[in-house]
Amino acid sequence: MNKSLLRPGFLIPAVIVLVAVAAPLFSENRYLHHLMIMACIWGIAATALNLVMGYAGQVNLAHGAFFGIGAYTSGLLMLKLGIGFWIALPLACLTAALFGLLIGMPSLRTKGAYFAIGTLCFNVIVTVIIDRWEDLTEGQRGLLGIPSPSPIPLPFGLTIHFDNNMITTYYLFLAMLLVTLFITRRIVTSLTGKNFRAVKGNEELAASIGINPFRTKLIAFVTSTFFAGLAGGLYASYIGFLSPDISDFHVTFEVLIQVMFGGLGTMAGPIIGATFLPMISETLHALAAYRMVTYGIMLIVVIIFLPSGIMGGLKLLWAKRTKAKS
Amino acid sequence: MDLFLQQVINGIMIGSVYSLVALGLTIIYGILGVPNFAHGSLYMLGAYFSFLLVSAGGVNYWLAILISMAALTVIGMLIERIVFRPLVNAPHLNSFIAAIGLIYVIDNVALIVWGPDFKRFPPLYDQLYHFLGVTITLHRIIIVITAIALIVLLELFIKKTAIGSAIEATAQDRVGARLSGINVTRVDMWTLGLGTSLAAAAGALIGPILLVYPAMGGAVTLKAFVIIILGGMGSIPGAILGGFILGLIESLGGAYLTSNYHEVLAFGLLVTVLAIKPTGLFGKAH
Repeated sequence: MNKSLLRPGFLIPAVIVLVAVAAPLFSENRYLHHLMIMACIWGIAATALNLVMGYAGQVNLAHGAFFGIGAYTSGLLMLKLGIGFWIALPLACLTAALFGLLIGMPSLRTKGAYFAIGTLCFNVIVTVIIDRWEDLTEGQRGLLGIPSPSPIPLPFGLTIHFDNNMITTYYLFLAMLLVTLFITRRIVTSLTGKNFRAVKGNEELAASIGINPFRTKLIAFVTSTFFAGLAGGLYASYIGFLSPDISDFHVTFEVLIQVMFGGLGTMAGPIIGATFLPMISETLHALAAYRMVTYGIMLIVVIIFLPSGIMGGLKLLWAKRTKAKS
Repeated sequence: MDLFLQQVINGIMIGSVYSLVALGLTIIYGILGVPNFAHGSLYMLGAYFSFLLVSAGGVNYWLAILISMAALTVIGMLIERIVFRPLVNAPHLNSFIAAIGLIYVIDNVALIVWGPDFKRFPPLYDQLYHFLGVTITLHRIIIVITAIALIVLLELFIKKTAIGSAIEATAQDRVGARLSGINVTRVDMWTLGLGTSLAAAAGALIGPILLVYPAMGGAVTLKAFVIIILGGMGSIPGAILGGFILGLIESLGGAYLTSNYHEVLAFGLLVTVLAIKPTGLFGKAH
C-alpha cells in the first residue's frame, strides 16, 4: 500500500482540514462564521446518518427525532437543572443512544420500506410529544436562553470563552466534527464496518458466514443516534433556543438530502452536502417566494444527473482522467 | 351510544377518503417501486382545482371533480416522464429524494399562485339527516358512496380493460410482462396518471368538508404510507381495508382514548404493529 504522505487519500483531507482551520482567520464576516458553525453541526448529523444508511444500508427516517432528543436533553438539563454544558452534552448523546436502542430493537426487525416508514412514524410521534408535553418542554413557546458551552480553563490563568465568541465556538464544533469523523472512519475500516457492508449487501449471505445481521444493524443504528444526539446538543447551545420543529421529520429529510447530495456511503459526501446545501439554500433567499421551488428543482436535477451525489461525480471524473492517461 | 355511532360514521367517511389516497399510492408503489411522497401534494392540487372550478368558474361540482381528475392524470403522467423515468434503474432512495423535491416544487407553486390562506367551498350539499340519534350531512354520504364507486370502478378497470391487465401483469412480474410484449414504460406512465387521479378525486371529495390550503397534503401522505404498510406494500385490498381501519381508529380513538394525541394514533398503531409483526398486518414473510 502507498504510505506516502502525498497520496490523494491523505493529501486531500489534510488540505481541507487546513482550510477549515484557517478560514475564520481570514474573514471577520460573522455571517460566514455562522454558516461554518452550522456546517459543523449538520456535518456531524449527516455523518451519523450516513453511517447507518450509507454503510449499513438502513434508511433511518427518525434521524431528526434523535437530533431533537439530543437537543432537548442538553437544553433541559442546563436550563431546568442547572447542569453544566460539559456534563449535559455527553448525557444528551447517551439519551439519544438509549432511545436509539429502545427504538432500534423493535424496528430493525423490519426491512426496506417497512423500516423507513416505521422510523418515520416514530419521528412524528416524538415531535408531537415534545409539542404537547408542555410541563417539561414548554411546547410551542419553546426553550429560551439555553446557555453557551461553559468556558474551558487553561493553565497560566487563561480560559477559552464561548459566549458571544463565534471563532472559539467554531473551533470547538470543528473539533467535535473531526472527532466524529475520526471515530466513524475507525468503525468503517474495522471488522464491524466490514460487517455493516456485508449486511447492507445481503443479510442472508452475511448471516451464512456467521455475522449476526440484527446485532450488526443495531450497532450501526445506536452509534448513529449517539452522534445525532451530539449534533443536537451542540445546536441547542449554539442557537440558545429550541422549539418542537427541530425534531420534525423535515429535519430528517434535510439531513438525508445532504447525505445524498454529497454522496451516500462516502466519508466526504455528508460533509460536502452539509456545508454546501445550506449555503445554496441561503443564497436562494434572493429569489424570495421562488426559493423553495428552485431548491426542489435543483434536488430533482441533481438526483437525476448525479445519482451518487457530488462524490460519485468526482469519482467518475477521476476514473475518466486516469483512463485517459493510461 | 349516539356518540359511538356518530364516530363510526365519521370514521367510515374519512376512511373512504384515506382508502382512495392509499389506493393510488399503493398501485404506484406496486408498479414503479417508487415511494411517492409527493402524493399528498397532488391530492392538494385536486382539491384546489375543483375548488377553483366550483367557486370561480361556477362549474357543477361533479364536472369539477372529473376535470380535476383528468388534469391530475396528465400531471401524474408528466411527473413519471420527467422525474421518475430517468430514475427507474437507480436505487429507490433516489426516487424518494426526487419526490421530496417535487413536494417543495408543488407546495410552493401552490403557495405562490393561491396564497397561504385557507379556502372554503361554497355550500354544496348541506342538507342534514337524522337517524338513530346520528346527524350527518348529505355531502358526507356522497363522499362514502362516490369513494366506494371509484374503488369498484378501479377494480373493474384493472380486471376488464387491456391497460388494466397490463398494469396487473407488470405488478406481478415486471420482466415477465416485458417479455410477453407489454410496454412497461407506458404502464409506468399510465399507473402514475391513474394513481394521481385517485388522489385528485379524494382531495376534491373531502375539500368541501375540510379547508383547502397549500400544506393540506403533508399529513395525508404520511397516513397513506401508514395504511399501505399496514396493508402490505402494493396490495390493493390491503389499502382499501387499511384506509377504513385507520379512519375508524382515528375517529373512535379521538373520541374515547385521547383528544390531545389523536393525530399520532395512526403512527403509534403502525409502530406497534411492526413491533409485533415486522411485515405488516397482511404482509407475507420475506
